[in-house]
Parts: sequence; C-alpha cells; structure tokens
Amino acid sequence: MTAAAEPRPILRIERLNAHIAGQQVVEDVSFTVPAAGITALLGRNGVGKTSTIKAIIGLIDRTGAVELDGVRIEKESTYKIIRSGVGYVPEDREVFSKLTVAENLRLAERDDAPRRQLVEELFPDLVARSGQMAGTLSGGQQQMVSLARALLNTNKILLVDEPTKGLAPKIVAEVAETLAEAAKTVPILLVEQNLHVVRQLAEGAVVLSGGRVVHTGDALEFLDDAELTQRLLGVSADPLAEKSAGKGAAL
Amino acid sequence: MSTVVLLLFTGLGLGALYFLVAAGLSLIYGLMGVLNFAHGAFLTLGAFAGWEVARRTGSDDWGIFLLSLLVGAAAGAAFAAFTEFVLIRRLYQRHIEQLLITLGLSLAAVALFDGIWGTDPVFIQGPAWFKDTTEIFGARVPNDRFVCIIAAVLVLLAMVFFLKNTRYGMIIRAGVENRSMVTALGIDVRKAFTLVFTIGGAAAGLGGVLASHYFGYVSPMLGGSLLIFAFIVTVIGGLGSLTGAAIAAVAVAVLQQFANFYLGGTGDFVVVLALALVLLFRPSGLLGRTS
Amino acid sequence: MTTDTDASGVNSAGTGASQGTSTPGSPAGLRQTAGDGRSAPPAGPRLTRRRILGAAAGLAGVVLLVLLPLLNLSLPGVLPGPTYTPGSLQLLAMCMLMAAAALTYHLLLGVAGLLSFGHALYFGAGVYGLAIILQNLDIPLLPAMGLTLLVVIVLAHVVGSISLRVSGIPFAMVTLAFAQAGSVIVGRNPDGTTGGDEGLSLRTENLPDFLVGVVNTRNLYWLALAVLVAVFVVVTWVQSSRAGHAAAAVRENELRVRVLGLQPYLVKLLIFVVSAVLVSIIGMVFLLLQSGAVPRAISADLTITLLVMVVLGGVGSRWGAVIGGVFYTILDQRLTTLANSDAIDTLPDILRIPLSEPLFILGTLFILVVLFLPGGLTGAAQRLAERRNRRSGTRHSTAASREILEESA
Ligand SMILES: Nc1ncnc2c1ncn2[C@@H]1O[C@H](COP(=O)(O)OP(=O)(O)OP(=O)(O)O)[C@@H](O)[C@H]1O
Ligand SMILES: [Mg+2]
Repeated sequence: MTAAAEPRPILRIERLNAHIAGQQVVEDVSFTVPAAGITALLGRNGVGKTSTIKAIIGLIDRTGAVELDGVRIEKESTYKIIRSGVGYVPEDREVFSKLTVAENLRLAERDDAPRRQLVEELFPDLVARSGQMAGTLSGGQQQMVSLARALLNTNKILLVDEPTKGLAPKIVAEVAETLAEAAKTVPILLVEQNLHVVRQLAEGAVVLSGGRVVHTGDALEFLDDAELTQRLLGVSADPLAEKSAGKGAAL
Repeated sequence: MSTVVLLLFTGLGLGALYFLVAAGLSLIYGLMGVLNFAHGAFLTLGAFAGWEVARRTGSDDWGIFLLSLLVGAAAGAAFAAFTEFVLIRRLYQRHIEQLLITLGLSLAAVALFDGIWGTDPVFIQGPAWFKDTTEIFGARVPNDRFVCIIAAVLVLLAMVFFLKNTRYGMIIRAGVENRSMVTALGIDVRKAFTLVFTIGGAAAGLGGVLASHYFGYVSPMLGGSLLIFAFIVTVIGGLGSLTGAAIAAVAVAVLQQFANFYLGGTGDFVVVLALALVLLFRPSGLLGRTS
Repeated sequence: MTTDTDASGVNSAGTGASQGTSTPGSPAGLRQTAGDGRSAPPAGPRLTRRRILGAAAGLAGVVLLVLLPLLNLSLPGVLPGPTYTPGSLQLLAMCMLMAAAALTYHLLLGVAGLLSFGHALYFGAGVYGLAIILQNLDIPLLPAMGLTLLVVIVLAHVVGSISLRVSGIPFAMVTLAFAQAGSVIVGRNPDGTTGGDEGLSLRTENLPDFLVGVVNTRNLYWLALAVLVAVFVVVTWVQSSRAGHAAAAVRENELRVRVLGLQPYLVKLLIFVVSAVLVSIIGMVFLLLQSGAVPRAISADLTITLLVMVVLGGVGSRWGAVIGGVFYTILDQRLTTLANSDAIDTLPDILRIPLSEPLFILGTLFILVVLFLPGGLTGAAQRLAERRNRRSGTRHSTAASREILEESA
C-alpha cells in the first residue's frame, strides 16, 4: 500500500472539491498519478469518479489544487488545460452525432502534426467509415472515435472515463489492448468498472466513496484483497468469477 | 390563380426577411443558449445605416443599393460583435442574465434610434426597378420581393457552405450539439460565440436594409416587430437548426399571407395557432433536438 | 407587425400595435421599509422577531399612506405638488399599481422560476375586458369585474397549459407569442370593440359616483393602495402555502417534487393562473384610474417593464418587486419631465439625444444593474447593511437572485 518513491507525478491533486446543483460531489480529494503506466480510479456508481475527472479539467466548478507536470492548472479554463497536454475520453463517448467521423477527428486535432497514421492503424474501421455521421455508428465504433480523438495528439496524460461501458466482450478486449498500447507512451488515469480490465492494465489504484478518497495503493494488491474490494466496491474481485462475468458488475 | 401566385411570392419575400433574422437568432441560441432580444436592434441599425447611405449619396441606382446592403450588414455585424464581446461575454453561462442584458440593450438602442432618427417612419427609395412588377402566371409581382428572396437564398447558401466547409463552421455545428465537449477538445469556443453573433448581426443588418425596401420605410420599431415573428420561426423550426429556420420562415410567412387574404386578416393569429400546434405535438420544433 | 396584402400586393406599411414609449405611470414618493422579502421558510425565534418588526413597519407605512391624501406634504422633485392634490395622488396611485403588478410578476419569476414574456396579456385582458364589458353591457361595476375575471381565468388556463409544455427560454418565447396575438387583436380593432390604436375611453354610466372624476382621485388612490396591500398579502400567502413551497421546490429540482408525488406541471399552472388573475384585477383598477384603455396596456413593452422592475428591485424578493415598481415608475416620470425641459434642449446633440430618451437611460441603468448589482436594489441595500453590522448567517439575496435566474433557465 505504500507508493514507491518515484519521480515527480504527472498529475497531483490536492484537496479538490466540486459541487453540482448545490450538492458536493467531490470532497477533499487528493491523489497523484505517476508519470508512467495506468492508474485506476475506482468506486461504486455515483461516488464521484466522473465528477472528479470533470473537475480536473474544469468542466465543473472546483476548488483545490491541480498540478499537471509541475504546473498549477486549477484556475485555467478547460480548453487551455486540454491544450497544455490532456487527452480526455468522456464517459458515454460524447461524439458529435451530426458530424461525420472524419469531422469528429479533425475537430480534435490540436497538434501541428497530428498522428493520423497511428489512429488509422489502430482503428482501420474508422477509415472505412470516415464519411458516416458519428451518431449512426455502433456504440463500440463511437468509443473508437472517442479514443481516437484523444490519441491524435501528443498528451502528457490521458483521462479515460469508463471506456468499456456497455461494450461486448470482444470489443472490451480491443479497447483494453489499445489502452495498453497507448500507456507505453503516455500515463493514463482510467475510470473502469470492469475489474478484469483493471487487473490487466492498472498499476496503481485510487478508490473513491461518497466523493472522498478511501484507498490508494497498488492495483493488484487491492484487487486481491477480497474483503477490501467487497467493502469498497461491493463486489468480490475473484479473478475467475470476473472472467465469466465479462463486465464486472459493481453495483 | 394570379392571387395565389401573388400571395405566394409576397409570402416568400416576407419569409426571406424572417429567415434573415431567425438564422442568427437560432444559431446564437443553439450555440450559446442566449435568447437575443437585441437582434431586432441589429436589424434596425442596419436598416438606418442603409437608409443613410441612400440619403447621403442622394442616388437610387443599383450600385448605391448594393453599397447600402453592404453597409447595413457591416453595421449589424459591428453592433452584434460589440454586444457579444463587451456585454454577453462577462456573463458566460448565465443565460437568463444574458437575456436580460440583451433586453436592456434593445430598450436602450431603440430609444436611441428614436432620438437620432425620430419615431416616425422615414420613407426609402430603391432603384426604380423595385417598384415595377414582373408577370408570373398572370400575377404582377413587385420586384422587391425577388430581391429579398434571392438575397436570403444567397445568405442561406453562404451560411451552409461556411458551416459545412470551414473549421469554424465545424466548431459551431459541434458546439450547438455539445458545447462543453468542444472545449474539452481544447477549443476556445468563445471565439465561435463572437463569430456567430457577428454573422447573425450581419444577416440581420442585411435583412434590415431589405426590409426597409420591402415595407418602403424605416422606423425604430422595424426590428422589434420582425423579431417576434422570428422568435416564432425559431421555435417552430427547432432552436439551433438553420435549415429548420429556413423552412419555418417560409411556412410561417406564406401561411400568414394566405390567412390574411382568405381568412379576413387573421394572419398573425393563425401563426400563433400554428405555434401552439407545433408545441403540442412536437415541443422541440420541426428540426429541433428531441429532448 | 401587420402584414396585410392589399389589391396591388404591396405590403401596407403599418407598424401595428405598440407605439407610445413612455410608461403610463408617473411618480410618487414612497420611502421603503427595507426588509428581506425572500420567503424565509424555517422561522427561528430571531426570524420571528424580525418578521414582527417588519410587519409593524409595514403597517406603519400603510397607515401613513392611507393618511397621505389628508396631509399637505411636499416632495419637490418627486411629486408635482402637495400630496393632497389630484396630480400627486394620481402618480402615487400609479406607483402602487405598478408595484402590485411587479409583485404578480415576482410570483411567476421569483417563486415559480417562470420567465414569462406574456404577462401583459392578462393585465391587458383586465383593462380591455372590463372596458369592453362596461361599454357594451348595462351591468354594474362588480358583476362586470366578475365577468372579466371569468374570461381571464379561462384564458390563463388555456395559454398556461400550452406554454408550460416547454420550459426555460422556449417558454419565454411562447408566452411572448401568445401575448403578441392579444396585442395584435387589440390593434386590429375587430368591429370597433377595442378602439385600435386610439384605445377605449371608460364609459362611466354604470360606475359608482365616488370613483368618477378628478375630485374623486383620492378614492382611486385608496383603491390602488388597497389593491397593493391585498396583492402583497395574497402573494405572501401563496408563497408560504403548500403550493408556493412546491413551486419553489420545482424551480430548484423538478425531479425531487416528482418523487414527492406532486405534479410540477399543475403546480406551475396554478401559480401561472393565480398570477394572471391578480394582475388582471390590477388592470381593472388601472382602467378606472386612467379612465381608459390604451394599447400599451397589453403590449410586450409592459411585460418587459414589469420584468425590469423586478430585476431592478432584486429577483426573489417581494419588497424588491415593490421597490422596483415604485422606483421605475418615478424615474420614468422624472426622466420624461427632464427630457422635455429647456435645459436639455440647449445641450449639444451628443448629450441631448440620449438624455431626452427616458428609455435609453432606463435601459442602460438596467444593463448596469444586471452586470454590477446582482440582487438589484434590495441586494445592494442588504450588502451595505451587512457590511455595517458584519452580521453573518443571513442568506445573501444576491446569491439567491442569481440562483433563481439560473434555475429559470
Ligand atoms: N448534472 C448533475 N446534476 C445533479 N447531480 C449530478 C449531476 N451530475 C452528477 N451528479 C451527482 O453527482 C454524484 C457523482 O456523480 P458521478 O457521475 O461523478 O459518479 P460516478 O462515480 O462517475 O458514477 P458512475 O460509476 O455511475 O459513472 C452522483 O450522486 C450524481 O447523482
Ligand atoms: Mg461516471
């Protein structure tokens, strides 16, 4: 449970608070994301994982400190935070349904030399469908668009919110593979309900409950602690049970 | 038959004016959530600017008319850009307060126009051709109708081209759908705000010059009276939809003309009825996002 | 706007309805018992004491206002003459009616979060309904008022039930459209019933004598005062009733009210109708006071004026609505006087033109208040008071106003 003495974390969050509609959804959240690998942000439904991500990039009003690569960003507006090197893959994809696939991707390009080729190699399906309205894509294809939008640019960190939500097992595996590939070059903060995927990808874990951080540490150690996962996630992370369940049902 | 054709073209001409106002309103609302009560003032300023051009040059030939269109559009655009940049922007995301600001602005602007140009309508002369008529299927249609229709069609095409083929157009379309995701891609959506205001203001200013020829006069009330119908058009067409605004503008204006003629001057009433029906059966408008 | 097609197909150039720009009203001096008007749900001991103090101050104010026509007070610069003169009483009465109308708008916006642009429809229905009935039927005043009220109730139900299918800004547009239809009908003057642009003058044959003529202005003044007090009481009562709490809850969180088993739609409709009925009664008294109906009474301009009053006073505050109504009415009258004064005429154009347009100044003032004084006049007053006694814990009316505005979006 002790974080190894590492170089400077890529993302440091200190006493982050956020409110939506008068209700506190993120409460005094503090954690760090190391400069390499995948860190999982876990917790039951509605504990504030999405809100934490949105607060980091200023999509909801927040107080506290957020430091990206040593630079304080909590006072910046969203578009500046993103431009300073954050790739964001939102929960529920949020592709622009009335724009074509190609337009969705072009809109996301912010580097001078966006990595179109990489994206085309990763998602050949999207090339074939570049003229299709994104709203008419399947859920899995939309997730590809959403991931591709983040991978087009050079980022200091990726914030990925439930990329496997509602996807068939085969696509889940594809997404996981893509993330593993991406994680070789960029650190990722990953919100994920599928504990099998977490086990496969994540090194560190941060667990939220009721808008607060209740556990941080090594991902595998956490998942192996059946009693702890049962208490914090309401599900036992028995590796065998998970494999057959596909998506870990953390309700 | 000839009456029908005449009513149709008169309706289309009026629909062109509605569209020029509604296009900007709808885009501004769709992208920013701001109901812009000052839009009528943009139109009125454009109309007076165009009239000043005609008055000062003392000429009523085509060149001057085109110049007055240009000046009217520029005046509307400048006023609109000022509104967005100086007043609206300070209240980012506070939609009702933004609406209140535009309301105060429209009160103040109309009063100022009253002070500068007087409350009485001032009459305007276009090229002589405008008052001639062209015979279509036995109907003698005044030529200024065609000018309005052609101008509105050109504006619609230009807007569609801009929205479909430029990066800013793409940003605006995306922003109408999901503004916060646009910012989450690292795009400063506020630039697009200024842009839609400017474009909307230009269309309204242009519409003002055309309206002054259509009605034959300019008055400080001109914009306010067209604005209410433009509101109806945007609701019927679906807030945020340019195509919806175009279709609804034509439908509303033609309906209005026919009802005025055949149902004893009940045009305005029928339009409100149509609005009620649309709301009952399709609250998000013809082409609006279904909520 | 009218868009007729005449024989030649050339559009006739009529600007239709609203034309006058100045408010019907005029000035009055009314010092205010500044107080917190926001409905205060849980009444602790301290709040109760404040309430009693507020009620006492209000009562004293009302007594003073009742006595005003019998006194000989002068407020130079605010009133045209001593308080007992018909001119001053007329202006004071107008202030009170506008304050009452603003209160009914507060019920819509401040309580239910409904941004209506069609409130003038019901005010106008009161004005024109009563005028037309008195004109055409030989019945006494009270039955005529009852009949008008019936019409308003039906009208408010029909328009309300359709408009409330949408909310937020679409609701604003739709109510505007309906009100515009009313305004257009009045401008059209069907069968000579509404008098068109000229308006209708009040037929006094069936009116009680004590309400007719300049000598009886003070009776009308007392009537207006009674209306203001009654509207204030009713609005307070509605706000603290179950429906009022439900409306406020709907404004804040529609879902929660659904969960509580209340129908948000019906709650909103109820508030909408109550507010329409109240403002139509004010319209009827307005008719008696002005001895005539003018198109402005049913124009969108009037609704906007009410909205401006409420925002100037402070959204969400009953006293704010009253203060806003009085302040606006006086200011408008003063500015109109200023516009016509010789001093203005001699100024260079760049100063003369803006200063001779009351609505320019009022519009600009309104923008400045929205930008820099959220919470309006009452919000500013409260902040000043708070700064003075450094008392904390009271709910900030600035924040409250902002919240209400956000919730009605
Ligand atoms: N727009 C909103 N309005 C009101 N409450 C909201 C809103 N968005 C989020 N919340 C509330 O904030 C809390 C945290 O939500 P959040 O989406 O961050 O949870 P989450 O951990 O991402 O859940 P999930 O695993 O289901 O995605 C929830 O209780 C939710 O109901
Ligand atoms: Mg979530």
